[in-house]
Amino acid sequence: MTAPLLSVHGLKIAYGGIHAVRGIDFEVARGELVCLIGANGAGKSSTLKGLMGLVPHGGAIHFDGELPRHAATHAIVARGLALVPEGRGIFGRLTVAENLDMGAYIRADKPGIRADLARAYDLFPRLAERRAQLAGTLSGGEQQMLAIARAMMGRPRLLLLDEPSMGLAPLMVRKIYETIATIADEGVTILLVEQNAHLALKVSHRAYVMESGTITLSGPSAELANDLRVRAAYLGE
Amino acid sequence: MNRVLEPLRARPLLAFALLAALLAALPFLVGAGLGNSWVRVLDFALLYVLLAIGLNIVVGYAGLLDLGYIAFYALGAYLYAWLASPHFGLHLPFWAVLPIGAAFAGLFGVLLGAPTLRLRGDYLAIVTLGFGEIIRIFMNNLNAPFNLTNGPQGMNLIDPVKLGGLSFGKTLHFHGLTLPSTYLYYYLFLAFTLLAMFVALRLRDSRIGRAWAAIREDEIAAAAMGINTRDMKLLAFAMGATFGGLAGGLFAAFQGFISPESFTLWESILVLCMIVLGGMGNIPGVILGAVLLTVIPEALRYIGDLQRATLGHVVVDPSDLRMLLFGTALVAMMLFRPAGLLPSRQRKREFAAEDGVAAQEQSSLYDTKA
Repeated sequence: MTAPLLSVHGLKIAYGGIHAVRGIDFEVARGELVCLIGANGAGKSSTLKGLMGLVPHGGAIHFDGELPRHAATHAIVARGLALVPEGRGIFGRLTVAENLDMGAYIRADKPGIRADLARAYDLFPRLAERRAQLAGTLSGGEQQMLAIARAMMGRPRLLLLDEPSMGLAPLMVRKIYETIATIADEGVTILLVEQNAHLALKVSHRAYVMESGTITLSGPSAELANDLRVRAAYLGE
Repeated sequence: MNRVLEPLRARPLLAFALLAALLAALPFLVGAGLGNSWVRVLDFALLYVLLAIGLNIVVGYAGLLDLGYIAFYALGAYLYAWLASPHFGLHLPFWAVLPIGAAFAGLFGVLLGAPTLRLRGDYLAIVTLGFGEIIRIFMNNLNAPFNLTNGPQGMNLIDPVKLGGLSFGKTLHFHGLTLPSTYLYYYLFLAFTLLAMFVALRLRDSRIGRAWAAIREDEIAAAAMGINTRDMKLLAFAMGATFGGLAGGLFAAFQGFISPESFTLWESILVLCMIVLGGMGNIPGVILGAVLLTVIPEALRYIGDLQRATLGHVVVDPSDLRMLLFGTALVAMMLFRPAGLLPSRQRKREFAAEDGVAAQEQSSLYDTKA
């Protein structure tokens, strides 16, 4: 087996005296869709923020070599990590097209950007219809589509998705997850953080279960979905 | 209004020529109609346009609320006075002093920006407000132990602008044409204003301008796009401060005298009002706001004369009226044109589009399978 694309050892994140992540290990292989599930406050989002250099962290992160401890977010993005932030983080007063354009900020290959833009509109016809509209006027689901499409515009080697189902209507959630599956099928490596364990386990290959800042269970998603402990704690059975 | 402008829109060259002719003839028209003191008002209007364009980079483009912007104006003005007045006996030429002053102010922009990088909104506003006051109070008190600023008396006999053999401080007689000092400064300030406009417009559409817009909208998402948010915010502060310093140098040379009184918190707020009233982020709006808020208070002075002529004495002080009018204008603007008089394309759409969102939310809910 080749070395994993991302491997994390002893990741620790603390906010003042509160330990959000207490030394976790996990890895993501190339082409994999891995999910990190757990209850509210388990430290899932903090983990992603730590990977992106948005919060100070301890431990070692290997992504294309070891990441320097205090690497700035923009430098990490340049290495090929992309984050779809919790709450989407779209640029509300820019148009849909301008948002997508910002996604390709670090790239200079104009023809490649144009091709990817066409592909994004292909994947999300709804965004094509609304390309001249201000992103802030889109519905929640459309904003989530835009946030994913925008992150894809940077041609990331690893896409981090933070709670893509949050605050969306069930129909829209299903639509978003269909899209995530499509993107994964195209070979994009994805690390997905989700409270909705049912959905996340269905779409992912492997899963880690997080609880109070530590990883308590891990394994292939299909197995975890049948694990009695997971079923009791996260699938409401 | 639109019927008048429509034919011009179709012929941009003609519109441009008309505008250029109007701008060139403006001091003569104003001077003949209203007197030389109004040409002076025009000069000040241009200085404020310059300031407003600079502050718009920080507030309108990058979304960093700066309430101490006038400090950079002060730094540019004082640096000009130090290098071109009898105070230190230095009389460096204008073309050398002005860039030094602009760079000096820009450096202070970075000095203000660096410790405030983590602050946003209200917190940033308070710190910048404090910065503005610190600079003013320093200027007020640095006459001892070493007389740097001459304290509250201010510095005078500052050299006027000299270009070649032409001194902008004296009336110029040129082929039967009489150009008083205020006219000459008008053209100088106009040239700098046009340059500033050009730079500001180019910046907005550049990669840097897009990065600023992203930071203004959502800083974390901007960082996740690979934008170096630290450098970009510092750059916004530095660019804005440079424009402020440039305007300050021009102000010192024009006025010949500066004192800390010219650089109060009120001036910072006035410049901010200009860009808010005119339309934040949009250069034509910012210019309109600056011109209106310079010219209207001057026009209000006539109300004092009017009272003296009709009632025999001044009942309402026009300068009190000025504040009342500003307040009313801002409240009226918030009610009727919340995005400003000439809003930017983005803000206009933002304020217009809200109604449609609910309907879209509904429709997109039910046709997800489409």
